[in-house]
Amino acid sequence: MQALTTKAKTVGRKPMTFWEKLYIPVIARGMAITFGHIFKKKVTISYPEQTRPFSPVFRGVQVLNRDEQGRERCTACGLCAVACPAEAITMEAAERLPGEEDLYKEEKYAARYEINMLRCIFCGLCEEACPKDAVYLSETLVPANFNRQSFVYGKEEMLIPHPKKDPEGFAKARGEKRS
Amino acid sequence: MAEEKKLFKVTIDNITIEVEPGTTILNAARKIGGEVAPPAMCYYSTLKGSGGKCRTCLVEVAAGSTADPRPMPKLVASCRTNVMDGMIVKNITSEKALDARKGIVEFLLINHPLDCPICDQAGECYLQDLSYEHGEEGTRYEFKRRTFEKHDIGPYIQLHMTRCILCYRCVYVADQLTQKREHGILDRGDQSEIATYIHKALENDFIGNVIDVCPVGALTDKTFRFKNRVWFLKPQDAHRDCPKCSGRVTLWNRGDEVFRVTARKDQWGEVQEFICNECRFEKKKTADWVIEGPTRISRHSVISQGHYVDTVEPRETLPAVMGGRKPKLLMDINNVSEVNRPGIDLSEIQGPAHSMDFDSENIKP
Repeated sequence: MQALTTKAKTVGRKPMTFWEKLYIPVIARGMAITFGHIFKKKVTISYPEQTRPFSPVFRGVQVLNRDEQGRERCTACGLCAVACPAEAITMEAAERLPGEEDLYKEEKYAARYEINMLRCIFCGLCEEACPKDAVYLSETLVPANFNRQSFVYGKEEMLIPHPKKDPEGFAKARGEKRS
Repeated sequence: MAEEKKLFKVTIDNITIEVEPGTTILNAARKIGGEVAPPAMCYYSTLKGSGGKCRTCLVEVAAGSTADPRPMPKLVASCRTNVMDGMIVKNITSEKALDARKGIVEFLLINHPLDCPICDQAGECYLQDLSYEHGEEGTRYEFKRRTFEKHDIGPYIQLHMTRCILCYRCVYVADQLTQKREHGILDRGDQSEIATYIHKALENDFIGNVIDVCPVGALTDKTFRFKNRVWFLKPQDAHRDCPKCSGRVTLWNRGDEVFRVTARKDQWGEVQEFICNECRFEKKKTADWVIEGPTRISRHSVISQGHYVDTVEPRETLPAVMGGRKPKLLMDINNVSEVNRPGIDLSEIQGPAHSMDFDSENIKP
């Protein structure tokens, strides 16, 4: 038969020698490798108890920021939504009423702000587009869930805790790289 | 036989064109079109007397005419300078003119607040375009920007005096289009401001056109205030039988809701036909209008994002593969999303939405 390539190798079909038939040296060599790993550093961690540090450029779930006085920074300018390549962000704006100055930083604010986490690809373009430093990607993963409905995040899910009423939660949500 | 008019030959940026005597440099450049046409913030071809205020259309005249080929000593405002035979004009080929324009933009932005995220004009603002093309990135101005006491000028028009660049277009509109002008520019110098004397509502018919004419966000539609960003709306040409005006408008839709009605604009951003207040502010239902089709928007405009023209929708393959069965929709976003709920019609709210409009008890079932 004509060989199809020049790289083909013929397999040796020689009968095994006595040493090879014993198998023991080969098994011993394999076991040495196996037990040798006991003394090596573990590559895994026990996840929920231990966590690995995120990379400084890690992009997790979005957070709607507040300023130092706890007012919402978002003015519903729509730049995040227009920058979003996955078209995951929608919003509806409203005008701030007299008396709501301590709630919202600017005259106009996002009455509704939604990110569809099923669409979000965590590219971080919303953070880049935001002129008010209002939306950023935190160091938290999106929690898993069984139903799709829970992945449409509104303001309740994304708004950062109040820096004065809940400073601990605020610091935690802001993450390490920002504080 | 009519006497043949002598045409003037004028060269703008090395492009020669013949125009009628009495044409301004700006209009001659607009005849050539494209980038040769200098930007204009105050000039409005349909408004008599407009122009000469903002100085953004400054050009360099390298040769006055064939009879007197000396260059003009200073840059001239092209909207106010008529062409002469044999005139040579430099606009984008002139470093002097571009540098001057940069300075003008800086001056215009000295007192202009940087509140584009809030401003309803963002996306169709000529000052935004101008500063994007000619402006500096940062500001060198270190002093307090001018601020004004807020004036309420009625239920239809929102005045933001801090954003005004004093182009006088709205004053000319009120003068030339409505029966009686009720607003004007009060005071002078740094303090000059658009206002009514004293605190009146602008309610003349056709006064709504000041919104379209305003190059910045100083005069905006109060019925559209904060409702949506213009680039998320879908502009459609539409018309209706209006006894007062031509009724040919652009509707700005979200879904079936008409959020805003404006006049149609030409390629220079000027209104083609002025429309009346009733068309603009009161006909906010699709049923009021005969829709002609989507407005063509320049693809360089942010408004064109998400609006695809001349696309062919691919054939649905799944029903054919699945024997006529449609794929099962696991989640309908309209059932989950709080945005654009059927119970809240933003277009039906007069003026901007407030927090109580989004309260659960105010939502129609």
